[in-house]
Amino acid sequence: MSPNLVYVVVIGVLFGAGVSLLLERTLTRVLIGVVLIGNGVNVLILMGGAYGTPPIIGEAPVEGMSDPLPQAMILTAIVITLGITAFLLALAYRSWQLLGHDEVQDDAEDTRIIELAERDEIPHAKESETEDLPSPVYDAGPGWAER
Amino acid sequence: MTVLLACYASMAVLAPALVRWLGPKALYAVAAVPAATFAWALAHTGAMRSGGAVTEVHPWVPQLGQELAFRMTAFPWLMVLLVSGVGALVLAYSAHYFPAGEAGLGRFAAVFVGFAGAMLGLVVADDLLLLYVFWELTSVFSYLLIGHDPTRRASRWAAMQALLVTTLGGLAMLVGFIMLGQHAGTYRLSAVVEDLPGGAYLVVALVMVLLGALSKSALFPFSFWLPNAMAAPTPVSAYLHAAAMVKAGVFLIGMLTPVFAADPPWREAVWACGALTFLFGGWTALRQTDLKLMLAYGTVSQLGMIGIVLGSGFRDAALAGAALLAGHAMFKAALFLVVGIVDKTTGTREIYSLSGLGARRPALAAVAVLAVASMIGLPPTFGFVAKEAMLAAFWDGGPWERAMLACLVAGAALTVAYGLRFLWGAFARKPGLDDTDAAPAGPGFLAAPALLALAGLAAGLLAPGADGLLAPYADRYPDTGHAYHLALWHGLTPALGLSLAALAAGFGLYLATRRTSAWRAVKLRLTSGAVYRQAQNGIDRLAVELTGRTQRGSLPFYLGVILVSLVVLAGGLLLFDGPWPHRFRLFDTPLQLAAGGIIVAAAIAAALARRRLTAMVLTGVSGYGVAALFIFHGAPDLALTQFLVETVTIVMFVLVLRRLPPRFSERPLKKVRRFRVAIGVAVGVVAAGMAYVAVGSREAEPISELFPDLAVSYGGGHNIVNVILVDIRAWDTMGEIAVLLVAATGVASLIFGRDKAMHRRGGSRPAPPKTGEHVKWLSRPETDGSHQAIILQVVTRLLFHTIVLFSIYLLFTGHNHPGGGFAGGLVAGLALAVRYLAGGRAELNAAAPVDAGRLLGTGLLVSVGTGAASMLLGGQVLQSAILDVEVPLLGHLHFVTSTFFDIGVYLIVVGLVLDILRSLGAEIDRHRESGDGPENAAPLPEKEAA
Repeated sequence: MSPNLVYVVVIGVLFGAGVSLLLERTLTRVLIGVVLIGNGVNVLILMGGAYGTPPIIGEAPVEGMSDPLPQAMILTAIVITLGITAFLLALAYRSWQLLGHDEVQDDAEDTRIIELAERDEIPHAKESETEDLPSPVYDAGPGWAER
Repeated sequence: MTVLLACYASMAVLAPALVRWLGPKALYAVAAVPAATFAWALAHTGAMRSGGAVTEVHPWVPQLGQELAFRMTAFPWLMVLLVSGVGALVLAYSAHYFPAGEAGLGRFAAVFVGFAGAMLGLVVADDLLLLYVFWELTSVFSYLLIGHDPTRRASRWAAMQALLVTTLGGLAMLVGFIMLGQHAGTYRLSAVVEDLPGGAYLVVALVMVLLGALSKSALFPFSFWLPNAMAAPTPVSAYLHAAAMVKAGVFLIGMLTPVFAADPPWREAVWACGALTFLFGGWTALRQTDLKLMLAYGTVSQLGMIGIVLGSGFRDAALAGAALLAGHAMFKAALFLVVGIVDKTTGTREIYSLSGLGARRPALAAVAVLAVASMIGLPPTFGFVAKEAMLAAFWDGGPWERAMLACLVAGAALTVAYGLRFLWGAFARKPGLDDTDAAPAGPGFLAAPALLALAGLAAGLLAPGADGLLAPYADRYPDTGHAYHLALWHGLTPALGLSLAALAAGFGLYLATRRTSAWRAVKLRLTSGAVYRQAQNGIDRLAVELTGRTQRGSLPFYLGVILVSLVVLAGGLLLFDGPWPHRFRLFDTPLQLAAGGIIVAAAIAAALARRRLTAMVLTGVSGYGVAALFIFHGAPDLALTQFLVETVTIVMFVLVLRRLPPRFSERPLKKVRRFRVAIGVAVGVVAAGMAYVAVGSREAEPISELFPDLAVSYGGGHNIVNVILVDIRAWDTMGEIAVLLVAATGVASLIFGRDKAMHRRGGSRPAPPKTGEHVKWLSRPETDGSHQAIILQVVTRLLFHTIVLFSIYLLFTGHNHPGGGFAGGLVAGLALAVRYLAGGRAELNAAAPVDAGRLLGTGLLVSVGTGAASMLLGGQVLQSAILDVEVPLLGHLHFVTSTFFDIGVYLIVVGLVLDILRSLGAEIDRHRESGDGPENAAPLPEKEAA
């Protein structure tokens, strides 16, 4: 099969625009990026099948039909993208509702670990202290010298 | 044996209920299972004496050659007797040890009996991997038992330490097992040993297996975990850390020594570690003031000794080792149980707090004396018999054995010293201390230690009988020509002399510990415990550093890494290895060029837009462009769906964006932004390149060439795409609608948030008309004042039914013409959206007085039901049946059952859109009306971290 250059360019642009939006921190932009990339992927799959007349038997000869299999896959993908878009939108709204913006912040837990690493500490330093453990085991118990 | 193991498993399940019902007395019932095992083992005594074996093999994972293979010979038989006998007694003892209402007693009983079962499996397993499974099960159960009281930090810490050390050793052992098994081609213990590898391979395998054995039996350098494990309740210590689990390591040594003794570094390593453990443990035991810790170090020490003897690899030593193992299980369990009684009745285990207990509790003292007599090897106990055998075996050996003998005698002297110190500490009257008050201990409480101590005495008296039972194991070893037999009296032998010397030296040492304080200054520090702590801290530090470096917590960072990898890997491959096709087309029809141009322009503009609404509209434009591309490609179904989805998407965006600020927040730093755009461009180029190469490389005939025929003959439809969706690849669709349902649920839960708001997801039904009142068609429902577009409302009401009818038409003709469940559902959803947009949520409720969740659920039920029905009717899941019937008046009816599946899809899509309208539409309206702004508005950071 020979590739169709219009499709190639469309795929490239949809991916490029989508990815540069995906790397943003605003959820709405991320979402638009996801939608654009989704469309790009759909065109990519479409490209894998032959071009032709609608794959409906009886309306055109079977020989000249477009490939139906990628179409069925894309149809599934389109509707799933709808579900994902709705979910991400709800997420963006919820973020706005809770925080007043829809920016993806750095993970607070990760930031704490990075701070620990910079201070050269270990987590829960107190927990590994041994003060209330059974008497030090390679020595006699505490206070043994007094006896 | 599998039946017994099943009994343990079922008892573990039943035990909590029994304990809840009967209280601590239920432990007697639980003890029935190990007691039955004991009886079962006794029944096989005859076969064992004649050197026979009990085997049982069940298939497990035949594909991997795995079997549940069990084999009991003399040595495992001895272990079975010990773990089941001591287990039953300790359980009976526990019925008195724990007060009624003890927290977690049900769990204790379950875990304990589970542990006993795992231990049984471990000793009778004949497959290395099966053995490993039981091995790790004992580790896990022991973790749970040591951590019996999870509120105490010490017990949590000790449990974790024991688990880490023993499982780490277990993992090393697994590596060793796999090395041996892969070489031999079988994991059957009895077969592996016949085909040993050689050289460095064998050395590594042996060291790995030894690491497992040493860590389990708390031999040097892993001794530190065992004393800490004394945080467990005393019955647990008595069983796990004296009689059962810690024996697993020396048991394994005993099982493998017949084969490996001659292969360095097996014996050398066992001897070195064992000797260090023996002496160091004995010395440290002598320095303890806590009776339980004294016993714990004594156990460490004795395990070192048993390890040395069992790892020696000649007949007499093996006989002595088996005897020592049995003797130790009896007296050490008895002594732990005695300490448990002392602790329970006086409230202390400190030797400097106890005084005069011997006079007050003579029976208890007598039991302890009997057990200690066996420990230090006084005739006529079994301990004496075993020690004689050990000394005699090593006396007859070569120079290395003689060297070891010196060590053994020294260790025996230490044992005598701390044994006597134990008795003195627990029971003697000490000057300057008042007699300790002790609550009475009933005969039931004392029965278990008494029985164990008496068993040690009886076995000593019956030494020749014991000899006959242990000899079949010892006879597996090369005979040095002496053929020693266990007996109480061998005459005036060198061994007897050594034994007496050890007793005398030990007694002297004991007196010295009481009289002088000089020996206290001798500090013997082995630092493996500190090494463990250091290692733990080091690993924690490493984890923090590694996590801190790799897990930056920034979403753009992660995505950037992933995408750059994509560009580098896929892009690099394309550049250097991509079969770039030489033939290409510009387009199939010039219309594609026009659509492509619109998509490209809109997408770029969307990426550059600074206002949310602009970006959204431009995205929509590019989406419609893609729909056009679908039409020009010859895909009307796709185009239809894409148009509809794009429209629903725009509605959704508008509903949410009305609440969000019109502009995107502050653009990030220029440099970062350029970097993002650079990654975007690079990914775009790579994706285009992949598309170009992938399509150009296609050579195979597409599978879909078969579909036209299949669609008609099996699917009964002419629209191939639809037949693929509801028949040929119906499983995909099934998965997809499930995803939709989950997404819809997610949306609702994010927006409605609180439970009490969730009922609004169902919408509220319009009030039923009062009797006598006329329901007017097109009557306006009560409005909320914000929607005053009356003309629009009336028009949408007029159109609504037509659109819904059209959606149903699409649904039913989809099999033969463009349409189907997805398109139909989206059209119906749009009809609802229009009603909502014109008249607000009241209008939406009037149009669809149903719960979106119910609609989704019904849809999934219908789809799944169709699939299941065809299975019930004898076909495959989701197979279609074609019905052609003549219906009076209507005429010929052609009907395919997969239409029902499509109806389910239709319902789910309508449900999804309704859910979106209820959540993102009606509920957000409500938030807006009630003035719910951001609940916890935090100002955005000025600049984001680069």
